Amino acid sequence: MWCGRVALRRLQRIAVAPLNLLSITGGLPGAVQREASSLPRVYITRQIPPEGLKIIRESGQGIRVGYTPDVLTDAVAELTVALLLTTSRRLIEATHEAKSGGWGTWRSLWLCGYELANSTVGILGLGRIGVAIAERLKPFKVKKFIYTDVAPRPELASLIDAEYVSMDELARRSDFLTVCCALTPETKDICNKDLFSKMKNTSIFINTSRGGVVHQEDLYEALSSGQIAAAGLDVTVPEPLPTSHPLFTLNNCVILPHIASASYTTRNTMSALAANNLLLGLKGQPMIKELKL
Amino acid sequence: MWCGRVALRRLQRIAVAPLNLLSITGGLPGAVQREVSSLPRVYITRQIPPEGLKIIRESGQVQFDLWDSDEVPVPRKELLQKVKGVDALVCVLTEKIDAELLDAAGPNLKVLSTMSVGFDHLSLEELKKRGIRVGYTPDVLTDAVAELTVALLLTTSRRLIEATHEAKSGGWGTWRSLWLCGYELANSTVGILGLGRIGVAIAERLKPFKVKKFIYTDVAPRPELASLIDAEYVSMDELASQSDFLTVCCALTPETKDICNKDLFSKMKNTSIFINTSRGGVVHQEDLYEALSSGQIAGAGLDVTVPEPLPTSHPLFTLNNCVILPHIASASYTTRNTMSALAANNLLLGLKGQPMIKELKL
Repeated sequence: MWCGRVALRRLQRIAVAPLNLLSITGGLPGAVQREASSLPRVYITRQIPPEGLKIIRESGQGIRVGYTPDVLTDAVAELTVALLLTTSRRLIEATHEAKSGGWGTWRSLWLCGYELANSTVGILGLGRIGVAIAERLKPFKVKKFIYTDVAPRPELASLIDAEYVSMDELARRSDFLTVCCALTPETKDICNKDLFSKMKNTSIFINTSRGGVVHQEDLYEALSSGQIAAAGLDVTVPEPLPTSHPLFTLNNCVILPHIASASYTTRNTMSALAANNLLLGLKGQPMIKELKL
Repeated sequence: MWCGRVALRRLQRIAVAPLNLLSITGGLPGAVQREVSSLPRVYITRQIPPEGLKIIRESGQVQFDLWDSDEVPVPRKELLQKVKGVDALVCVLTEKIDAELLDAAGPNLKVLSTMSVGFDHLSLEELKKRGIRVGYTPDVLTDAVAELTVALLLTTSRRLIEATHEAKSGGWGTWRSLWLCGYELANSTVGILGLGRIGVAIAERLKPFKVKKFIYTDVAPRPELASLIDAEYVSMDELASQSDFLTVCCALTPETKDICNKDLFSKMKNTSIFINTSRGGVVHQEDLYEALSSGQIAGAGLDVTVPEPLPTSHPLFTLNNCVILPHIASASYTTRNTMSALAANNLLLGLKGQPMIKELKL
């Protein structure tokens, strides 16, 4: 970092920027020789909430916005399958037992879980991520894929040989139900006691989409009463979920702190994409991924 | 229940039998006419999963006694008492079937059915000497084991144990770009140490995660199995230096004992993930501890250890980047019930003098 009066003047010429900018310009020392003051002023933030986008749009300043969709599909699908398996095969309980003295002599039904082989997997909301999840589950000898959505999605469904069903059928037939839909006014709280009451008591419920799709009190009831066997969540309301939340008290509920895209390669890819969007935007060129405002 | 003199006479005609006997023969009133005492006697050393018990009970071919618990094994003294004079025995891997037990059982014992694929608890010589036929339960576990291995790999590579702990204990704050990041399978090289049916099943399950390449090592190439997963045969050294994920699938033999040691770990990438669901003895645990704590490799997941259970004071339990499971690879309701059913059917076929579904050659 810099120090002293010279540094202060430089700072004044360049808009206040977090460290991110310094790393983009390759470290200021070399850049100082160039006319630092002619460098564009940029501000980098990680996320712009919808209100922020509204303000940008309405400012009339023609601010362009780049973002980072699509590059996360592999990481998210992988994490969803990881969460599903951790839940169905009870890995959290098992590691805890091993560590805390619960591991005794062999027992034939201890820590038994539910296998994917010969099961029916249901997808709530079939998009690219839902397809990517199904592709990863197939070699576990899943017998059938079914899905529900606002309307059939024949092109995507054909990639995974999935059958279009109603919400009720999805609930009744799924051994594993994974939520992949967007959060909209229609999908808010769509996973509620009406859904859970129709599910099998051996079923596993997985949500890596958005917390708002699940009615958390109803889920707690369904899990604690044994209406469904177990659940795995990567998203909650709110985030972080307060540690006092009742869902944390259940052995059959696995909660992750929203890490679906948390891999070194994917986060670096997002970072590189953000940087390239920035530089292209500043040169007045089309960004790689630009958000239409 | 019965009452009165008639009942008492019936009781006297039938050998004193445990309650189970009444249920097998469908309730005594009908069975009284048959000669109950001629049915072969079986002792079952554990409350095995329901499917096997159902098959035995409903066969009408045996009378049995049962250690009616899954929580603790039958005490040795009780076991030696209960096996006296039996025609057949159903056991699990916690019972040592040795000369002492076989002597206690006596000459009627013709069939032993173990609900396990391993047989290191059986004294094969003693069984062979006495002409006892042995059934066991191989092959039916492949799907469950491959599934659990992939579950363990992903839990390790994507740091799910650390993550659930952070969520539960207040570590979950605002979003951070590199917090809890893991290593993805996409574009990686997966190495298999010992390519058998389970190694192939694991690779088949990993493929759609966009693994770039599968490599394997073994005592010799396995071209038929390798072609199923398009895997390349390499040396042990190459396996170590090229694998992003290394999964151990070999049997434990004198040659493979401690084969995963500092020599292997020192050649691996510091971003690599090591997984063992085969046998604990294949891994030199002190060397693994060094490799993990020094960052020589990124993480490890183990379903098997030495000993089992691993004492809770073991240093491996102190590492954030080591996931340890208590040998649950075959622990699914369907697989355990399938093993139970297979053990039951092996038993019944053996008693009828027919070929068992899975018989151990002695």
